[in-house]
Parts: sequence; structure tokens; C-alpha cells
Amino acid sequence: MSTPLLQVRNLHTSFSIDSGEVRAVNGVSFNLERGKVLGIVGESGSGKSVTAYSILRILVDPGKITEGEVLFEGEDIVKYPPKKMRQFRGNKVSIIFQDPMTSLNPTYTIGNQLTEAILLHTDRNRREARARAKEMLTLVGVNEPAKRLKQYPHELSGGMRQRVMIAMALACEPDILIADEPTTALDVTIQAQILELMQDLQRKLGMAIIMITHDLGVIADMCDEIIVMYAGCVCERGTADEIFYNPRHEYTKGLMRSIPTIGKKSEKLIPIAGSPVDLLNLPKGCPFAARCDRAMKVCLTERPEEIPINDFHRAACWMNVWQVYEEASKGGDVE
Amino acid sequence: MSKHLIEVRDLKQHFPIKTGWLSKTMLKAVDGVSFQIDEGETLGLVGESGCGKTTVGRSLIHLYTPTAGEVLFDGHPVNRQNVHLYRRNMQMVFQDPYSSLNPRMTVSDIIGEALDIHRLFRTKAERRERVEELMLLVGLNADHARRYAHEFSGGQRQRIGIARALAVNPKFIVCDEPVSALDVSIQAQIINTFEELQQKLGIAYLFIAHDLLVVNHMSRRIAVMYLGRIVETAESDELNDHPLHPYTQSLLSAIPVPDPKLARTRHRIPLEGDVPSPLNMPSGCSFRLRCRYATEKCALERPELRDYGNGHMAACWNIRE
Repeated sequence: MSTPLLQVRNLHTSFSIDSGEVRAVNGVSFNLERGKVLGIVGESGSGKSVTAYSILRILVDPGKITEGEVLFEGEDIVKYPPKKMRQFRGNKVSIIFQDPMTSLNPTYTIGNQLTEAILLHTDRNRREARARAKEMLTLVGVNEPAKRLKQYPHELSGGMRQRVMIAMALACEPDILIADEPTTALDVTIQAQILELMQDLQRKLGMAIIMITHDLGVIADMCDEIIVMYAGCVCERGTADEIFYNPRHEYTKGLMRSIPTIGKKSEKLIPIAGSPVDLLNLPKGCPFAARCDRAMKVCLTERPEEIPINDFHRAACWMNVWQVYEEASKGGDVE
Repeated sequence: MSKHLIEVRDLKQHFPIKTGWLSKTMLKAVDGVSFQIDEGETLGLVGESGCGKTTVGRSLIHLYTPTAGEVLFDGHPVNRQNVHLYRRNMQMVFQDPYSSLNPRMTVSDIIGEALDIHRLFRTKAERRERVEELMLLVGLNADHARRYAHEFSGGQRQRIGIARALAVNPKFIVCDEPVSALDVSIQAQIINTFEELQQKLGIAYLFIAHDLLVVNHMSRRIAVMYLGRIVETAESDELNDHPLHPYTQSLLSAIPVPDPKLARTRHRIPLEGDVPSPLNMPSGCSFRLRCRYATEKCALERPELRDYGNGHMAACWNIRE
């Protein structure tokens, strides 16, 4: 088997602050194949954005990768020197941030910001870079691109700015695009436009996408594979169909029950009790145990490993071990 | 006709905007909105950002003085002079649980402030009891009454905001995007709290949100707003199953559904372009520039809401009956 485009292995990232160590990411591993769309879902504080920032090594101080490897085409980028890392960012992997209002520099024109990336990463001259910028704006569906290049971010609407961000991220034809909540700040109809655009570009350019969001709807729409994160750990992973129709982690099940769906109005929502974990003092056992209504003794004392459910699906929940054991004992072939 | 709890007639809210030295234009944030809400009922108000839904909520309880139009509470007109009499019956829960609570006040002061203003207690003990009762009612730990807002999580803060609104026993609450700042699992907790309170206390809500799934879950009827006007209103199931206005159709098709199989088969009705600026609204129907069915008539004349049976109203020239 060929090596995957991106391999994240046992990634740990934490922030040392006065009151201790905030362990934002605790042993995340995944592979991303060329041309695939991987979704990472989780609530705020689940470590999904920090995972993305770790891959690009754009963590804000005091954030540090404390353990683990990020292999791009087999090379560990955690060990890259800063200069090499700069070439890597934007060129091989680029990112779209959540908030299109604050992620563009208000004091430079759109054209200025777009050409900057192109001039840095390719050997195009200024005029060619400008032409490329215009071409990119056309590609992402910005009307009157020549005029837009001369405008400042505040002159554009939210949807337009997010298109500019996408154009900027794709200008150097990266192999991987990380989209960190790319549509959360946008209205539904604009969100639909942007998602459609991303799917379209993904098909056209064949890049891989890591889609980070808290919106299960967006994930269902876009992704081939899904990782569900909680408290910096992967609690479940699998194909979209497996995760949505056969969730095997209590947290995933809870998430599915707590979103309203059209046509099931009379049904009461079943929220997940309690509030998110404190990343400063992670519990010894399963991080979700305190909020889980099916928690057993073992959940409080030992962290569950990821257990394969089938070829396309793994979950880190003791319930599954129990189930496997029960099924096996029914068959009578347990020792 | 029976009396409605809240009746809004042709509400208009225009804001003057400076466009240059000495020159001004009117931003028509809300431009002629009418609706009724009955006792114990929830009306959902959806629309994209900038459509005026928040302004409707604020004008309704006179946080802004409306430019034109009438608000009737229980059949009585509410105006600037007598609004303080009605504040006990009309309250509001705000969108952002972080900025809508005073960081320098304890929870008991935040919730108790309304009790102080309306003099709803005789003794200090009575006030404390009432605050504790309210905290329990919304699912907060009454022992935390002496804490400050920053010591609570987002969901808990939203509960404080709800308790504050409930302090004066209102009959009607404007909920302005009360769950959009919260995580999914917490969102469900708050939605359930709203529903339980409605069942227990018979409060009517105007539930404003951009999330159609949430609004649909909460409301019996839904009104869809676009650029300061209501373009469609219907019972929530009817609206989902048979949206009449092309804007509602697009809006519904644009919601990402958490169901991969459905997502693969379903097709979106994409909308071109952005919402036009309310300072520079197109003539006739304000949706026509993004509408697939727009005809000449749409540019000339503005469609009014028309009843298409069973209280399903829509404002569009191109609906075939």
C-alpha cells in the first residue's frame, strides 16, 4: 500500500499557562489520502482547530506540540526548520479560517494580499502574479475580479471575503486544504454557495480537504470520512454512513439526538447532560464518562482504546468491548 | 375574532444613516411587518443576517421607538409613554450570553434587579427566595447566587438571562437568537428549558433565529423575513412541506441536513449573489434580483402578503394556486 498523503500519529499539543497545562490535543492519529475529504467534528474546546494549527505549526505561544509526528508524504514536518516550514505552508497545505471578517488584513487591498502568497511561493513575477490572482478570483466565483483586486476587505460582503480567502488558499495549488469552520460565520444561503464551491473545486483540482466544523449537517454534506473529537481525543472515526447511521460512541449518539430534524417536531430533544470537560484536569478514565449516562466503573478508571467495529469504523468506548464480549459469549466460544 | 396577546400592525423602523456631509438616507430595517401571537404560543421569525429580525424584536418591546405602526398588548396599544407598564409582561432574552450580563453584578443582583425596579417583594428574605426559586426553575444551582457571570459557562449564562427575563412573571418573551452562540449539546438543553417553561407558565415567545431547524422545532408558526419584510408565514410543518415563496424554497434547500444519504440525493436551489444593501433596495419585490422566477411585474410592483389557504401567506407574484 502506498503511503497516505498526510499521516498524523499520536499528536499531543498543549498550552502551558500559569495554572497548569491545558492539554488541548491528546493523542490524535489519522491518515488522509490524496483527493479525499476528511471531516473533524466536535464542540468548542474539543481540540479540532488546535489539531489543524498543529499540522501547519501555526500555534500561538505558549502552544506546543509535545509529542507525536505529522508526516507529509512520509516526512515529519514537526522537525522542519522554520524556513522550510514557511515553504511548506501555503504551498503544500493551506488553511481557510473561520472568520472572514478578521482573517484578511484591512490595510492592504485584496490584490496585494492575494499576490503576496503567489510571489512568495512561485517564481512568477509581479505581473504574472496579478494575472494569477485575477484567475483565482474568477475561479471562486467573484464577479468583476479586476475591480475587486483594487478593493479593501471592508468593501466586500462576508461571502465574498470567504471566497477571497479560498482563492488565497488555493493560489499555490496545495495538496491539502484545511478548512476551519469555513462557513460558520455565514448565512445559510451563502454557506450553501461556499460549500458547493468547495466541492466543485475539490473535484476540479483533486486536492484533499480537512473540514473542521461543529455542524453535523455540513459534515454529512461534504465528507467521505469523519473523525469525532471530544476533549482532545478521537472518540469515533469512520465513513460518513457508519458515523451517522451506526454511531457507536455515546458522545456521537448524544450529538445526533440533540439536533432538531425537520419532520420530527413532536419529539423532544435529548441533550447531553453536564458541561464540557476541563482541559486543565483531564479525568483518568474516558473523558466523556462524567456526562455519559451509560458510564460503567471501568469508564472512570481506564481510558478506552479505539476498537474496530468493522473495516470502516472504529470507536473508543467501553460499551463496544462489552458488546463484543457479550456477543462472543452467546456464541459460546469465549474462553 | 378573539383577542391576540400580541398584535403588531404595519411596524416600521427606519434609521437615519449619514451618507455624507449634511446628507442622510433612511435605512429601512423593518418596513411594514404585521403579525399576531396568541397566549402560550411560539412564533418563529427566521431570516438571514441584516433582514431586520432582531430589529423587529427590539421595536416590539420598545427598545427602539418604532417609526410607524402599532403594537397591541392584549388589545391595548403600547407606546413610548406607557411602555413601562407593559415591561412587566414583555421581556427579552438576548443572543450573546457573554455581553448581555453585567460582569460586575452577582447573579442574584442580575436576576433581582427586575424585582427591585418593579418592587415585587416586601422583605429581603422574600427577594432572596424568589431569586433562588427562579434559579431552580431554569436549572441553575441556587447556591451559586453570589457568583459573578464570568464564573459560569455559556449555557449557564444563557440560563441566567432567562431567569432574569422570568423574574417579573411575563406573559411574553422575545428570544433573540438565544441558542446560536452555544454548542450543539448545550443548545438542546436550552431549547428544552424554553419548552418546559412554556408548558409550565404558559408564556408566549417570539423566537428569532437564523437556524431553521431550531425555529422549526420550537414554533407552531413561522414567519420568514427578507430585507425588512415578511415574505411568507405559515404553520411550521406546512412551511417545511410546501414552501411557496422562492426565497423560502432556497432557504430550506440550503440547510445542511445531518443525513449523508439524503444529502447525496437532495439538490440545492442555489441563490445567486448576496443580499442587497437595505440602503439601496431594488424596486418592486426586494428579492427579485436573486429570484429564478422574476418577471417584469416584480420590478414594477411590490407584492403584498396573500392568503393561500389555512393561514399560509406569501408575498410573491409568481405563485400558482
